[in-house]
Amino acid sequence: MRRKPYQRKAYWNRPTMTWWERVYFFEIARGIAVTGGVFLHNMWRWISGRKGALTTYYPEETRADYAAGNRGKHILTQRPDGSPQCIACNLCATVCPALCIEIDAAFDPEDAAHPKYPARFEIDYSRCIFCGLCVEACPEDAIRMVKEVPQLPTFDRGHMWLTKDELLNWNPQRDVAKPYPVAGKDRKTRGPA
Amino acid sequence: MIQDLVIGVVFIGYALGMLMTFGTVLTWVERKQAAIMSDRIGANRAYVRIPFTQIKLVWLGLFHGLADGLKMLLKEDFKPRTYDPYAYAIAPWLAFTPVLLVFAVIPFGGTLVPAELVPGLSAWFGDKSYPMQIARLDAGLLIVFAFGGVTIIGAMLAGWSSSNKFSLLGALRAGSQMISYELVLGLTLLGLILIYGTLDLTSIVQQQSGVILGFLPAWGIVYQPFAAILFITAAMAENRRIPFDLPEAESELIAGYFTEYSAMKMGLFMFAEFIEIAIIAALFTTLFLGGYNLPYMSDSGFVFPGNYVVHLSHWAVVVIQLLTFLVKVLAVCSFQILVRWTLPRLRYDQVLRFAWKFMFPLALANLAVTAVAVWALGVMNA
Repeated sequence: MRRKPYQRKAYWNRPTMTWWERVYFFEIARGIAVTGGVFLHNMWRWISGRKGALTTYYPEETRADYAAGNRGKHILTQRPDGSPQCIACNLCATVCPALCIEIDAAFDPEDAAHPKYPARFEIDYSRCIFCGLCVEACPEDAIRMVKEVPQLPTFDRGHMWLTKDELLNWNPQRDVAKPYPVAGKDRKTRGPA
Repeated sequence: MIQDLVIGVVFIGYALGMLMTFGTVLTWVERKQAAIMSDRIGANRAYVRIPFTQIKLVWLGLFHGLADGLKMLLKEDFKPRTYDPYAYAIAPWLAFTPVLLVFAVIPFGGTLVPAELVPGLSAWFGDKSYPMQIARLDAGLLIVFAFGGVTIIGAMLAGWSSSNKFSLLGALRAGSQMISYELVLGLTLLGLILIYGTLDLTSIVQQQSGVILGFLPAWGIVYQPFAAILFITAAMAENRRIPFDLPEAESELIAGYFTEYSAMKMGLFMFAEFIEIAIIAALFTTLFLGGYNLPYMSDSGFVFPGNYVVHLSHWAVVVIQLLTFLVKVLAVCSFQILVRWTLPRLRYDQVLRFAWKFMFPLALANLAVTAVAVWALGVMNA
């Protein structure tokens, strides 16, 4: 009995191109028509004063569609009188895995409730990894992260530090997700009030 | 005699200026067109600051070419330790110069009569007239092919003398590819030469200003549409740009025959490539798109179908012809860039098979059909 000759298993598909496609020339013409059409469409948008691309010009424009939970940059919350809620305990600087928070504590004899305050509170955004551990560590809810991003593009690393003034440049009344603790209705009070 | 010299210098200056401008502007056009084709914005950050002010001129990123040129000039001119430093040094120029020389025979305008243009010069020039091209030669097209062939030497020399295997491979690829397509390029144009009966490019352009069938402008693309497609394809292969950029295929050969070149020597290769785009566009315009003339236009004015004649002053004719040539060349350049950003690279065996088994027979068939048609028309008219 004759055995059937071994037939190699076909691991690929037979080419299924039509004659029209195999001639190649017409398909090239179609491809050029597609790209040329896209070009003309976008060019018409540019000429008529609109934008022909989805690109955002980054430092000049920022996207409006950052996610609500985006950890874009830090802010320091404030007491009603505008002073930072931070007590310069250095917990955030300690927990920070990138070691990018620098705090200089100072003593304020005027404020008996919060005698220790940060004279300098700076974050190096060239090293920050936006993990949010500082927010977790803070016992005073003094540091939070918001979805906006800081103006980072720069020619100089030194310009990538956010100072206390910039971190305090935030209006706490707007944050509905995490409302500012109103005086007298504090969830927990620490020390002599 | 001195008048001819002055006119010659003016024409050479115009042609060189035009080619250099095209070479620089095309880098910008290529970037921007590619960006717009793929829904991007493209280069738009380089600026020139007006001194002592904070006014920064961006101009849609037009200065990126300038920045590139400056970068090329300031980079370290790395030299490989090669056994033939002279060939290594001369190769970029051998690739660059012939490209410029080709333009010498291409007419970029009709006939210029200086006395008619500026009446004050009539005493000096008399009634001399000059065709607007650097050298009007009877063998114009042959010169084009002769100098076009010299660029191969530049590529081969560059690949051979940089003592690098990638360069050598690129040079061999460039050599075989360019010789193959050179042949196709010549064969496609033979049909056109049969029809026009001349190799003189100015005469070819003048013959294209008539009409056929009463309304169609007698452009080469109307007579020989098939040859036009073959010509532009072969010319793009000759220029080694993307569907045919095997000699420099980045993913395989780093940069092919100019792997070992840096700084402005590499810049010369790139510049030659961009100028060659303009040269191909100029040749295509001259041979197939009616050259420097608008449809129905000749040196004296327009003759529209229906014998409606519009006479133009010499000034108007010269300006229209120069502008028409520039616009047509830019349009064909833009088409080449469109093709470059549309098609993927062919495989090496495909490139050569395409040349010898597809384009070569087609060009031959085109030539045969044209020859029979020209002969039949000649018999009928006799």
